[in-house]
Amino acid sequence: MTTLKPSTKLLKPARSVGITGYGVYIPRYRLPAQEIARVWAGGKAALPIKEKAVPGLDEDVITMSIEAARNALARADIHAHQLRAIWVGSESHPYAVKPTSTVVAEAIGAVPNTQAGDWEFACKAGTEAIVASMGFVGSSMADYAMAIGSDTAQGRPGDALEYTAAAGGAAFIIGPAENALATINASYSYVTDTPDFWRRENQKYPEHGSRFTGEPAYFKHTTSAGSTMMEALGVTAKDYQWAIFHQPNAKFPQRAAKMLGFTPEQIEPGLLAPVIGNPYSASAIIGLSAVLDIAKPDDRILLVSFGSGAGSDAFDITVTKEITNRQDKALKVQDYIDRRTEIDYATYARMRGKITMK
Amino acid sequence: MEIPRHWRLKQQRYRLVGEVCQHCESKIFPPRDICPECGGEADTLYTFSGNGEVYSYTTVHEGPAGYDDSTPYTVALVKLDEGPTVTAQLTDVDEDSLQIGMPVEMVTRKLKNDGDERGMIVYGYKFRPRMAVA
Amino acid sequence: MSDVVIVGFGQTTVGEHWDTDLRKLSYQAIDAAIKDAGGLRPQALYVGNMLAATLSKQAHLGPLLADYAGLTGIEAVTIEAAGASSAAALRAGYLAVKSGQLDTVLILGIEKFSDKIGSGFDEALATTSDSDYEAVQGLTPVAQAALLMKRYMHENEVPADGFAGFALTAHANGAGNKNAMFQKAIKPELYAKGGMVSEPINIFDVAPHADGAAALVLARRELLPSNGPNPLIKIAGSASASDTLALHDRKDMLFFEAAHQSAGKAINQAEISLDQINLFEYHDVFSIYAALSLESVGFATRGQGWKLAADGGIARDGKIPCATMGGLKARGFPGGASGAYQAIEAAQQLRGGAEANQIEDPEYALIQSLGGPASTAVTHVLQRLD
Repeated sequence: MTTLKPSTKLLKPARSVGITGYGVYIPRYRLPAQEIARVWAGGKAALPIKEKAVPGLDEDVITMSIEAARNALARADIHAHQLRAIWVGSESHPYAVKPTSTVVAEAIGAVPNTQAGDWEFACKAGTEAIVASMGFVGSSMADYAMAIGSDTAQGRPGDALEYTAAAGGAAFIIGPAENALATINASYSYVTDTPDFWRRENQKYPEHGSRFTGEPAYFKHTTSAGSTMMEALGVTAKDYQWAIFHQPNAKFPQRAAKMLGFTPEQIEPGLLAPVIGNPYSASAIIGLSAVLDIAKPDDRILLVSFGSGAGSDAFDITVTKEITNRQDKALKVQDYIDRRTEIDYATYARMRGKITMK
Repeated sequence: MEIPRHWRLKQQRYRLVGEVCQHCESKIFPPRDICPECGGEADTLYTFSGNGEVYSYTTVHEGPAGYDDSTPYTVALVKLDEGPTVTAQLTDVDEDSLQIGMPVEMVTRKLKNDGDERGMIVYGYKFRPRMAVA
Repeated sequence: MSDVVIVGFGQTTVGEHWDTDLRKLSYQAIDAAIKDAGGLRPQALYVGNMLAATLSKQAHLGPLLADYAGLTGIEAVTIEAAGASSAAALRAGYLAVKSGQLDTVLILGIEKFSDKIGSGFDEALATTSDSDYEAVQGLTPVAQAALLMKRYMHENEVPADGFAGFALTAHANGAGNKNAMFQKAIKPELYAKGGMVSEPINIFDVAPHADGAAALVLARRELLPSNGPNPLIKIAGSASASDTLALHDRKDMLFFEAAHQSAGKAINQAEISLDQINLFEYHDVFSIYAALSLESVGFATRGQGWKLAADGGIARDGKIPCATMGGLKARGFPGGASGAYQAIEAAQQLRGGAEANQIEDPEYALIQSLGGPASTAVTHVLQRLD
């Protein structure tokens, strides 16, 4: 293994880049964890979250990505034709073969002069696309690129995952720092082969390593990514106003934050798993969006995603003055959280295709 | 399979691309070759805002093939802010809260499968109660 | 130019003819019509049909049905205008005879709705609307009628049971028609309890889909003996008009402009006024259509068509008797064959052969058949020749 000096580990583009626009989508239906416990655990189970967001019958990763992308465009105030990439990270693309990204690009009017591609890295496919966008824009190959993380997460009925597997999407437009509502100062990714969670080809539901998903997977990767980047930047948790971690449940991100020296106050605005669950590729970046919704100029933000398999992408972000001009230009995370319709398990089973029709 | 029929309409379906008449400035949806207002030729594309209000609505309990898995669903006549009226499903709504005149906004959703679940997914416009941007 | 007259007609009962196919059902009506016309052999067959190509997987009905009826070799084509198909065929036959090209024409309305069962049937029915901009949204004809009715009730402050008069009248008249699908009168309480199909349309606001075949023989008047067995019925007016196929493309959705236009032309052609008309066979596939037809033709002012029905104005002894043999609602809705049934029922009345349902001494009947929400409207004036 080659050892790099801390500063050379950082990913920093040649040209400064930032977030030009961001937008989210969260479906309106909520399934309380207690309702799952009622059906599968006699009403008695430790509940990892309060409730999770469930997509309607006419929603999937494509439709959620489209709405998140439209919100991001509204905030960026650029024309869709200026986007030179539409990259969608998900582990629930509606098609096994045929891109999500082309439909999204068409729906927002970004065709035909654009890159388009679907990304997969469990729950961090969206942030992987952000890193790629940084390189794309940072090298001056393009001025704007859109990275989306979106999932209608699957969880086997009765499995621990079912309590949290949720739906949502977030879109980020990466562009030159001059026109950014937040600059991305650097990023760093920590990746190893760690089989904590997977879904084999043609399988409907993922498998997971239960407690193996914790220490060797989630915590090792999130904390390594976060601490390595902070060390390379010469900063500590105290230098940040806010931090967001991938949220497979409510507990993991709180513990990871603590391990890196963050206070509960620093992660509170971006901690959404308790009320929306874990929308996989969208989890960390919906959290980031919620923070941007309330952030002030000069706020510094740490974002750490996690994808099973496994890896974490860490980002060092500084909010600019532009933020105040753009926050109100599209629906906020809280608007979608407030749009809440509770459903029971039977309705959920129908909506998610868990009732055998043929 | 009906791929060509759906494919060629993707702009209208995904994002309400209609036309504006260069002669009388009427907004036209769906696009057509002759302006229904002034009879002039129409060929200039125009993307609608997606905002409108409900002119009328009802619920379908027995859907045609391709829609029978999603019943009951609401269909409506939606008068767009720019003038034309479209037929479209309302989504993310509760039947009890519907009213003639209520403001709605366009979203792009799944309409149906072309054939069964092996076929392409047909996406298109639907409308939902307008979520105000602060 | 010579007059065009209806010399004979025949019809099958309207209902679910499970054991009878398209060709046999057609033949039953054709055979009855030709016999009624004294054996007159037609030179052409104009078939009015809406969905056989989808429902029965059978297109090209002209040769099939002419041949099956023993008329192999004659001109035989199909005319399609959704629910107005056989009315359009009647008009085509009228024009052919009126022009002098043909002396005798057979008109056949045929629909075999029961050949397809389940959601595939509704899918087929929806193809009569704008496929790319209406049907693709999951809109069905009944849902579209519900959209119209909802808006109509909203604008005109119609009470929940405001449309009951249409179904009550239709069923009262169906009771006297041995070919009708429903031959039993209903009470207002039953209407009020009717299950919702698509709110505000309840099951009594919708005509039932059914199979049926109806045929008429047309001829040039001077070719016929003056002392035939039946009074002759003259087609005194014939007109057709179209409107936008998609309902949403209309500026004013609550006025059937094509119904207005075609009725006005047909009545002018007959050189009569509206008040000379003794009965009106309207296209009451939905009760809202009946109300809008009454208004568009001019029997009621805008927004008041439902009141005419509620107040007994469309009963057999009312101001303008409608659906005198049950209409589409009680006789049944055999799709594209509906217009031929209307023509036959009006002819029965004018001949004085409507038995229990006979209107007193009628001279003029107005019949109007609609395709979709009056995207096509075909109107005829029939006149009794003494």
